[in-house]
Amino acid sequence: MQKIIKSLIVLLLIFTLLIFYNSLNRETNYSTEYLVGNKLAKINLKSFHDNKIYTSKDFKKSRYTLINFWASWCAPCRIEHPYLMQLSKEKNLKILGVNFKDKRINASKFLNELGNPYYYMAKDTTGKQSVNFGIYGIPESILINNETIVLKKFVGPLNEQNLNDIKEIINSL
Amino acid sequence: MLSNTGNFLLLINIFLSFLIIYSSLKCLKIKNNSIFKNIYHISLLQSTLVLICFFTLTSAFIVSDFSLITVYQNSHSLKPLFYKISGTWGNHEGSLLLWVIVLTIFSFLFLILNKNHPKNYRLYTLIIQNLLILGFLLFIIFNSNPFSSIVPIPKEGLGLNPILQDPALAIHPPLLYIGFVGSSIYFSAAMASMISNYSGSLFAQSIKSWVLISWIFQTLGILVGSIWAYYELGWGGFWFWDPVENASLLPWFAMTALLHSLLVLEKRNTLYFWTIILCLMTFTLSVTGTFLVRSGILNSVHTFANDPSRGIYILIFLSLMIFASIYFLFSKYKPTNDLINANSKETFVLINNWFMMFYLITVLLGTLYPIFTDAISNNKISVGPPFYNSVIIPVVIAFLFFMAIGPQAKWIKNKFSNLKSILLVLSGAIIINFAIVYFFKSYSLISNLILISSLFLIMSSIFDFFKKSRLSFPRIISHLSFGFLILFIGLNHNFSVEKDFNLKLGEAKKIDDYEFALLDLKLSQENNYKAVVGKLEVNNSNTMKRRILYPEIRIYDNPQTLTYEASIQTNFLGDHYLTMSNIDRSEYYNIKFQHKPLMIWIWISVLLLSFGGFLSLFKNAKNN
Repeated sequence: MQKIIKSLIVLLLIFTLLIFYNSLNRETNYSTEYLVGNKLAKINLKSFHDNKIYTSKDFKKSRYTLINFWASWCAPCRIEHPYLMQLSKEKNLKILGVNFKDKRINASKFLNELGNPYYYMAKDTTGKQSVNFGIYGIPESILINNETIVLKKFVGPLNEQNLNDIKEIINSL
Repeated sequence: MLSNTGNFLLLINIFLSFLIIYSSLKCLKIKNNSIFKNIYHISLLQSTLVLICFFTLTSAFIVSDFSLITVYQNSHSLKPLFYKISGTWGNHEGSLLLWVIVLTIFSFLFLILNKNHPKNYRLYTLIIQNLLILGFLLFIIFNSNPFSSIVPIPKEGLGLNPILQDPALAIHPPLLYIGFVGSSIYFSAAMASMISNYSGSLFAQSIKSWVLISWIFQTLGILVGSIWAYYELGWGGFWFWDPVENASLLPWFAMTALLHSLLVLEKRNTLYFWTIILCLMTFTLSVTGTFLVRSGILNSVHTFANDPSRGIYILIFLSLMIFASIYFLFSKYKPTNDLINANSKETFVLINNWFMMFYLITVLLGTLYPIFTDAISNNKISVGPPFYNSVIIPVVIAFLFFMAIGPQAKWIKNKFSNLKSILLVLSGAIIINFAIVYFFKSYSLISNLILISSLFLIMSSIFDFFKKSRLSFPRIISHLSFGFLILFIGLNHNFSVEKDFNLKLGEAKKIDDYEFALLDLKLSQENNYKAVVGKLEVNNSNTMKRRILYPEIRIYDNPQTLTYEASIQTNFLGDHYLTMSNIDRSEYYNIKFQHKPLMIWIWISVLLLSFGGFLSLFKNAKNN
């Protein structure tokens, strides 16, 4: 019995060290650049307003969709908000706002105050759904086409440069 | 010039480590019980030269010698002197030198302060400690050399990350290093104890002070880190269950368990192998934490520039350490028949150890799980506060009860003659809890239980204070302050107020009991940054108190960074915490205001906790 326990301990330690070794050669946990060019995994987002669930099908209608992760408690989200308002006027683009770990009442107040750029609104109260999108902090935005392939990913608040990049992509054809 | 001096000193130190190992092995073959004089001398020389080596690097930072890559990358000629100095350890390479300082000084002090223990045990400890020192010196020389030079010499440095330019953060690393690098000495002593068959209560005595020193500094290091996070990161929280914070907490759990199991080994001569396992585990967890943080596997403010070769080196070092420990442990392990009465002090100390292991495993799993799932299934997940809070908090309640009852038990066989007084204290705790609920507001069941259990621990400790002899004073202080810590965290969590809104200059806003007005905005020019300083008036209509707070938005030049500095007014009842951030292309500022009750008492409780450790160290030193 003692031998079995000893071998198990050694095996567990070797396993842990191998995992550590393996992790060294991987992309850093939080780097999500690898998403660009890939199709988004299964989308399954609850609507902010009702019980509707947004899936990949919903994003077929528009040529481009910008998925923006935001919250009322996030100060940089306020900084990028005017850019989102500008983008909401673009014809080829629809914006999906994913309200991240937020209170409904605060989120509504935020939008009443600063304007609502979102065509679709979803919520992720626990922050778990956003992990599938490679989100680790907010604000972050992902530009996808109608086949849900990620064209570009923006970490941190959108700026003038990002705004122009997005406009260039969506108006290119 | 400084580069050559530094490299030369590093090489000499490598030579000295070899010399110490060689002389110790030679000394082991001789049969009398005294250690060669020259081993003392070489050890002293080694500690002195490591210190000089460190001061060489510090002086390179002070005179802004940008011919050294480390100085070029982490300093700037306009940086205040204080931060130039703290810049020495505010980077990967320099901090490794600090590691080696702690390793060598502890090695030397252990050698000279344990003269009444057997020669072989001391020499093996010295050999193993010097193998660790060698490992780190080779790592520094071949991979992370702070004395690497750069040609052509840059005219100006890149600067130190502004959020690291802070007094608390200047002292946080040295404190923490004395804590977890200090644990290396009882790692070495535990190995030496197994090799030289020096076990039992005498072994416990030889390492007790070292465990206490590392525990005190680890506690203080964690405290200073939390205070920094509280005012610098601008969220008003002080513990985020960030993987890097967890990395400092893991050795702390192991140290705390070790402190308690040492009591049993010292008094009753049992639990020897368990104590050895804890000794080995503490330093192994410290190196594991270093590996996770330095290799870049975990990303955070602590991650210095990523370099996979660095990770490989630490991983090899860690693996060698683990397998050497396992080898000796398994080959020396003898199942013992430790007969412990279920109702005795020994059992209560063991219960403490189980709780510590439970916390340790929970935090370890939470920290490693994302790395495992990513490696095995390519699935990126994050384990956040909800996991830790829901697993740890309910268990804390039981832990506090045991912590209150345990010290009352007697060694060998206990009788609970004081059941009446326990019930009396418990009812007192419940009454005070409901008084708090009644006078303030209601809160959840779990909060009630947390308050009741912490009050129970506090009151039991106070009763103990009047009953017991002076001898248990350090323990009473530590247990009492831990009770206070949990109580204040609980109250702070339940009664914090948070308001988030936008204001423009000259505007006032009323929210619930508070009225806010942005009275003024001033631009100020400091040595290494510009700042927009807001003047905010906060009126509380309940208490009729008026406060003026001055939050800042700082723009640092080198490297160019924007930071938001919270304005905090602290008093004994609570903190008023306010941050201000600009909203692009708008005249409005986003204001986040928090009232956090009893904040300062959380810090004081932790200080008192480590003070208990300090008293115990003092008592132990006096007894031996």
